[in-house]
Amino acid sequence: MSSQTHNHSHHYYVPNPVAYPVILSLGLLTLASGFIFKINNYPAGRWMMIAGALIILSMVFSWMGKVISESETGMFKSWEDKSFRVGMIVFISSEVAFFAAFFGALFFMRVISVPELAHFDPNYTMYKDFVASWPSIGPGGNVIRFGGALETYKPAANFTPMAAWGLPAVNTLLLLSSGVTVTWAHWGLIKNNRNQLIIGLFLTVALGISFLICQATEYHHAYTEMGLTLGAGAYGSSFFMLTGFHGFHVLLGTIMLIVILIRSIKGHFTADRHFGFEGVAWYWHFVDVVWLGLFVFVYWL
Amino acid sequence: MSNATAVHHDAHDAHPTGIMRWLTTTNHKDIGTMYLTFSLIMFLVGGSMILGVRAELFKPGLQLMRPEFFNQLIGVHALVMIFAALMPAATGFANWMLPLQIGAPDMALPRLNNWGFWLLPPAAILLTLPFTLALFGIGDGAVATGWTMYAPLSVQGGIGVDFAIFSVHLLGISSVLGSINVIVTILNMRAPGMTLMKMPMFAWGWLITAFLLIATIPVLAGAVTMLLTDRHFGTHFFDAAGGGDPILFQHLFWFFGHPEVYILLLPVWGFMPQILQTFSRKPMYGYKAQVYSLWAIGALSVVVWAHHFFTVGMPVPALLYFMYSTMSISLPLAVLFYCWIATIWKGSLSFETPMLFAVGWIILFGIGGLTGLVLADVAADAQYHHSYFVVAHFHYTLFAGGIMGIMAGVYYWLPKMTGHMYNEKLGKIHFWLTAISFNMTFIPQFFLGLAGMPRRIPDYALQFAEFNMISSIAAFALGLSQLLFVYNIIMCVRGGKKATDKVWEGAQGLEWTLPSPPPYHSFTEQPTIK
Repeated sequence: MSSQTHNHSHHYYVPNPVAYPVILSLGLLTLASGFIFKINNYPAGRWMMIAGALIILSMVFSWMGKVISESETGMFKSWEDKSFRVGMIVFISSEVAFFAAFFGALFFMRVISVPELAHFDPNYTMYKDFVASWPSIGPGGNVIRFGGALETYKPAANFTPMAAWGLPAVNTLLLLSSGVTVTWAHWGLIKNNRNQLIIGLFLTVALGISFLICQATEYHHAYTEMGLTLGAGAYGSSFFMLTGFHGFHVLLGTIMLIVILIRSIKGHFTADRHFGFEGVAWYWHFVDVVWLGLFVFVYWL
Repeated sequence: MSNATAVHHDAHDAHPTGIMRWLTTTNHKDIGTMYLTFSLIMFLVGGSMILGVRAELFKPGLQLMRPEFFNQLIGVHALVMIFAALMPAATGFANWMLPLQIGAPDMALPRLNNWGFWLLPPAAILLTLPFTLALFGIGDGAVATGWTMYAPLSVQGGIGVDFAIFSVHLLGISSVLGSINVIVTILNMRAPGMTLMKMPMFAWGWLITAFLLIATIPVLAGAVTMLLTDRHFGTHFFDAAGGGDPILFQHLFWFFGHPEVYILLLPVWGFMPQILQTFSRKPMYGYKAQVYSLWAIGALSVVVWAHHFFTVGMPVPALLYFMYSTMSISLPLAVLFYCWIATIWKGSLSFETPMLFAVGWIILFGIGGLTGLVLADVAADAQYHHSYFVVAHFHYTLFAGGIMGIMAGVYYWLPKMTGHMYNEKLGKIHFWLTAISFNMTFIPQFFLGLAGMPRRIPDYALQFAEFNMISSIAAFALGLSQLLFVYNIIMCVRGGKKATDKVWEGAQGLEWTLPSPPPYHSFTEQPTIK
């Protein structure tokens, strides 16, 4: 945090006017409104969602393509590079805060709300027989659902919690190994060993896809055989929201890894300038660390 | 302070004209102008909504609208004012002034900057669209839960809640992008020689704001996502039958919501000392003390959230912790007040419109702060909670402390941004009308709250009639006075006396070394700070 002494020998790159952001926002507006209409039983929403998603995809593709071509034509020097690095760190910090909300919900329900529900004065509670435990599906009973009609809430026939030392442990192994392979690829890039770079990235992508396949298997198993669904009380809610958002991030990370794999094969990145690679690697490590939190607090303890 | 030189690069000034200039711009000044214009428009939209509310509350009984519509107006008013008026105004100033103040060529990530702005109009559309949809028989209007969207009310609410959830998501993405840009710009784009402790106070205020946004906006996004899945996909985060808890929503919401107050105020605390020193013609008092106090307030703001729901039923140790930690914020805030007053102490004061707003701001925001101290007291809060006392308190912090602060900034920088002086006489009339009608609107609400009038109710007991009548009349005066503000800005943009580069006799800082208005690309060559 000391004084800034660099003397920039070139002008900072300020890109020319572009239309991607405003069209991208329009795509998000279309997708969001379509989704809202769809979940409120207006079927036309589906077509809005498809249109919105197509707009978003094409804009992301064009925008990223533009950045890559700028990068390859040498528009970014060390000054711009530092902006991207700091920006990526701040972005990943915001992702940490997003996951913190769901971990917070998990801890709150497990430590505070579920035990409290079991310890009310029996004269003043409708959940007289509820015994606190974890995993919990909650006490059940009557609940006012959407629309205001009082209907009887049927707790799902009890479910089996997900055991830590089966597929989840395999998944832990897969993700931890992928952290190693991406670092190995990075070493290859730094010492100009392009084969090591490409093989390392290929292995990382393969491990990411294997993780996603395992998780899909696990979800299928949970829904069809274990009675573990989104509706399975506090445990089901926190289990699927945490692992689901994590899985979504693994999916994004894998797509990003595939992009930099293709770029590496095309000969992009140099030993001393490769923010595109490092940004993805940082993101991948972040996804890895979140998984460790999930494994410990959602599956294991 | 520096030997800054503005270098004109006429070739670089080329940009599309007409609407395409604004849709596609990557220029920090254009984007700043869009943020500020959007903010002004939404300020009038949000203001009109609350005038509907005040009209209904003019006398007891239900005159003008159904209670459901009343609730919609209140909730959307708050969301619009916070997310679409105050926050974009602060971001607009950040875009316009941060690069000028720290000697940067532009914001660090110009395309993301453009995206950050263009997420706001879609978010505003999502928020207000349900009003229109209801006219066509789709849904039952906008979100009617108040801006806090507490479960279980919001779980049971109509389609308006879903629109509000996705509006919040877009606003959240916009804030995160804006924060990334501010942090990167401040850390990486300062002129050579400008160490962090030589930065203008505005940069400090915004840096801490940006960190708070990064820490808390995603938590709000998570909370409304859980709300969405509770509404439509069968989860039980906020449903006791499944082991969840409605109070969990309040914790998550206010973990964001309390720092949000400081997110709205810290940028103002940043530029206000600069205005005070300009019109006192002496250096800012206690620069370091102010920087450390801003950090202290930023850090404390994320650990005090539960004082917003003391009455919900918490264990006594939790009540005590949140009471004392909340009150401890008044220590660094007192340091700031001391520094602001010491800055004008024995200065050669002159009272142009920005200074009028700044001094009025110290007093009125001071009232907001002190009434907050009363609310932080657990025992007293049991009486004040959810009453009009709270409404009056947070309007002293957010209207006086936020909006009037922003207005000071507008009058202060408008000559720099447009190259013309605004009409000083109109500006002064605007200040006095605003200050007087604001107090006339909200002082009665303190008494109403102390007497027990609850907030968010369209009808009230006869005993509250006189104070409500005064408050409503004054609210319309307050609203109409703002038309003067709009008129003054429009006339200033279109012409007027030419502004000098320095504009104000006592102005200090890099932005005053550039021409008024500054060239399209200001610091192509960075100045060196000694």
